[in-house]
Amino acid sequence: MNRKRLKIFEKVFGVVLFSSSTVTSLTVLFIIVFLFNEGIGLFNSTPVEKKYQFIVSNNNTVKELSSKQLKDIFNYDITNWKQLGGNNDSILLFTINDLSTYFTDDELGANFEYLPSKINELIKKNPGILAYLSDKYVPQHLEGHVIPLTKISIKDFVTGTEWYPTSEPAPQFGVLPLILGTLWVSFGAILIALPLGLATAIFMAEVASQRLRNILKPVIELLAGIPSVVYGFFGLVVLVPLIQQLFNLPVGETALAGSIILGIMALPTIITVSEDALRTTPTSLKEASLALGATRWQTITRVTVPYARSGITAASILGIGRAVGETMAVLMVTGNAGVIPHTFLQPVRTIPATIAAELGESSYGGLHFKALFALGILLFLITLIINTSVELIKSRKRS
Amino acid sequence: MMSFIHKRIKQKIAFSIFGLISMIVVGILFVILGFIIFRGISVINWGFLTQMPEEGMTKGGIFPAIVGTLCLIGGSMIFAFPIGVLSAIYLNEYLKENWLKKFMRSMTNNLAGIPSIVFGLFGMALFVNKLKFGDSILAGSLTLGLLALPVIIRTTEEALKSVPDHLRIGSYALGATKLQTIRRVVLPISAPNIITGLILSISRVSGETAPILFTVAAYFLPKLPHSMFDQAMALPYHLYVLTTSGTNMEASRPMAYGTAFVLIMIVLIANLLANAFRRYFGKRNKMN
Repeated sequence: MNRKRLKIFEKVFGVVLFSSSTVTSLTVLFIIVFLFNEGIGLFNSTPVEKKYQFIVSNNNTVKELSSKQLKDIFNYDITNWKQLGGNNDSILLFTINDLSTYFTDDELGANFEYLPSKINELIKKNPGILAYLSDKYVPQHLEGHVIPLTKISIKDFVTGTEWYPTSEPAPQFGVLPLILGTLWVSFGAILIALPLGLATAIFMAEVASQRLRNILKPVIELLAGIPSVVYGFFGLVVLVPLIQQLFNLPVGETALAGSIILGIMALPTIITVSEDALRTTPTSLKEASLALGATRWQTITRVTVPYARSGITAASILGIGRAVGETMAVLMVTGNAGVIPHTFLQPVRTIPATIAAELGESSYGGLHFKALFALGILLFLITLIINTSVELIKSRKRS
Repeated sequence: MMSFIHKRIKQKIAFSIFGLISMIVVGILFVILGFIIFRGISVINWGFLTQMPEEGMTKGGIFPAIVGTLCLIGGSMIFAFPIGVLSAIYLNEYLKENWLKKFMRSMTNNLAGIPSIVFGLFGMALFVNKLKFGDSILAGSLTLGLLALPVIIRTTEEALKSVPDHLRIGSYALGATKLQTIRRVVLPISAPNIITGLILSISRVSGETAPILFTVAAYFLPKLPHSMFDQAMALPYHLYVLTTSGTNMEASRPMAYGTAFVLIMIVLIANLLANAFRRYFGKRNKMN
């Protein structure tokens, strides 16, 4: 009887174990589902919040307007419909704030009862008009027509060069500056971290005595353990002023500061993974090389490092992955200017920093909110590619 | 002969450079730690640790942030530690080398590689909005727990792997069931290493900022949380606020140094504790 109960208990325990071990897989799945659920709505939606319409004259032949074109019109960079493939009419912008320049209060009536007809009149009179009106002001018997706006496409999102998610009336959701900013800072970080990390890994695996290694190992673990916000704080109070003085810059918050801090943060990953890789080189190979009269240094450069090549590649990719996803430290030291970077001494803005800085201000479910989740999808995909390629490299080595 | 000496010198130079670089890496750590400890220690006193922030966070203490971080550590570990240990047991003791194991392992690796800000987005979408927990300790703890899960699974798996197979086989030979073997043999031996993993993940969780930005963290809250559905302040977010968006950043700088000091101390103590644990029990196990 007791035996039987034990058996049942073992079965139940097995189920509990299995269900706990599904949590990680389910979490990955849920992360995908929820990011897409919130972020995918950005695509195929019009770039302007609902409740507002753009109205043009009936004679206007332009079929639709993109968010970029709207922005150019409102900045007076585009002043004629001809530039958009329409008739040769100069564009007349009309928003509800311009009302008083066209009509007196008497003309509109005490309760604005003549407003719709007056707007109609205006649209009819000016073939080049572009009226930006809230739904409640759009006349019922419209003398013009509502011009549709180009929907946001994945291509525009990824290749757009301007990120002004809150600008009115035409927000710009181009993430190219953010992608380039992220890559710029991350590659800078890896340029710093790879030589330092690799040298340290070789030193630890091949040169250092056991005692020295016992000191180095915890130091590197500690380096990995320092919270990113503390790195950011250190960068902000020490590194940023230093860079500002050294290069005589208006602001010290630059891509360089980000790269240095990220480089330090990527060091532990690179050191640990490449040291492990270096250790997998069989002793027989090394001894064979030494027996042929090679020095230890020659053995390291000609045997050990080439043998561990794939592991070292994996280490650098993982280091880049760490840098790409890092949020707080970058947010605090890079200055967050959403422009395409040209030098390391410029402020840049990365994808994670953008999400961290802007999500709190965006309204739930709005376009900006969706765009930030779309950025999250992008970030997730980048790290997924990085992780998968690391696993591929590792498994190829095993076979 | 000449070329042999030449090679020797070359080796000497190369090794010296590598040694020097390693010392630079160590130096970086000591500069960062030293700077924060040196600047922060003068701020630390009993009042700083036990008082509310005052006068726009330029005076007073960081008590609510400490309490918030403790709540988050507790909350996330209550959830993540059992699940992590149980799934590591399943992966290591129950599953054979097959596709399911490979799949679960690669999912754990993937989860470990996901940036913390994505956890923040996910926590906001699922716990705060979908499950309607709101900005709360519960939502933040669950988010941080998921982040810590891969760390716990990995360290526990390592711990379980270090238990030699002959002990398991010996236990089976005495007629013990699988569960009995795990409870009486495997877990007691691997417990110190599992606890080490727990300590390290506590250190990780206590410093994470991005996942709590949108799930729990309050800019300023002059009272302590009463339930798990309350918002809370937290040390890492407090440090971020003090350095980037305080009302008077110059005046709140000492507060920032103090907060960074406390954070560093948590990490330092956790690491020392974990190392001591590992060393002490490592020796004991070897002797048995």
